[in-house]
Amino acid sequence: MTVFALMTRTRDVVLPPFEEIVAEHGPAVMRVCRALLGPADAADAWSETFLSALEAYPKLRPGSSIRAWLVTIAHRKAVDQLRGTARRPQPAGDLPDISATDAASGEEPSMDDDLRAALDALPAKQRGAVIYRYLADLSYAEVGELLESSATAARRSAADGIASLRKHFSKGART
Amino acid sequence: MTDKQIIDRLTSSFAGAGVDSDGRLHSHLAALAERQGLLDVSYRTVDSPLGLLLLAATGEGLVRVAFSCEDHDAVLARLASDISPRILRTPRRLDDAAHQLDEYFAGKRRAFSVPIDLQLSHGFRRSVLEHLRRIPYGVTQSYATVARAAGNPSAVRAAASACSHNPIPLVVPCHRVVRSDGTTGEYLGGPEAKRALLALESAA
Repeated sequence: MTVFALMTRTRDVVLPPFEEIVAEHGPAVMRVCRALLGPADAADAWSETFLSALEAYPKLRPGSSIRAWLVTIAHRKAVDQLRGTARRPQPAGDLPDISATDAASGEEPSMDDDLRAALDALPAKQRGAVIYRYLADLSYAEVGELLESSATAARRSAADGIASLRKHFSKGART
Repeated sequence: MTDKQIIDRLTSSFAGAGVDSDGRLHSHLAALAERQGLLDVSYRTVDSPLGLLLLAATGEGLVRVAFSCEDHDAVLARLASDISPRILRTPRRLDDAAHQLDEYFAGKRRAFSVPIDLQLSHGFRRSVLEHLRRIPYGVTQSYATVARAAGNPSAVRAAASACSHNPIPLVVPCHRVVRSDGTTGEYLGGPEAKRALLALESAA
């Protein structure tokens, strides 16, 4: 009885209060959602990501990379949302105050749009590698897993993606 | 533009507001979690003359009140393992408790009417806490009296231990239990806090 109680205790102790997970990873997950979906839909995707994570949280295996786990959920939510928006014309009425204020709060909203357009123009693997490596701060191994390729391929895709973005912006600077 | 500048530009332009615990997105998440029954423990802090207090509640009611000397982070980690790690900072669920504590410290409230959850206490300790709830404002009892009232007159030490491990101090008034010789005895928030509470209640 005592041994069992102790074992349960040690197993549970590795999971910190979920609030700590939101505080530590919330900003990175938000960057990923904004890069994947734009400011208007990012708020929904962020909330849904953390809601799904909260539901599954007590069963999370100790030692899992929480950041990679959250980004995987966000990735799936974004894919779902993009499919949804492709079918429906514009579901902008979902969370009016949150998304509207968020979209309006940026000092240079055009920069976000410009970058997003440049990101969207990248081949899928490069775009994913740039977002998951630099905005989510995942390791190349984790990025590779998300993109169903190797760590080496992920590293190359990220480098190629950044090179394309650099070219895009130096071109923009000259014109 | 260097790679570093590109990356900085990416991280700054995709940063989102409102994800910190006071932000709109965080409150929205907490509201969704509560609606879907996924919020097992919510918490907030409240200022008091005894320092910053941590209040935590389950769906049942107030489950923990912690003084700052207890280390709030450690208390939350303990709640994660003892109750559930589904814990979010959600001030709204605890507004009533915070408000009643304010009134209590201002000398304007003599009894608390917020629901409480005693799941962190078991057996004799729990009987002690249930008895403590019936000690009126401004009245003190000895540990021996409390032991007797909780059903075990010889368990004076155990009664004292139940008081000093009370998970919901203030609201479950363990500060109203003193030694038979009239000295204040131990208190989770420190002996000075206990004396201050007894003084507050005798002044009103």
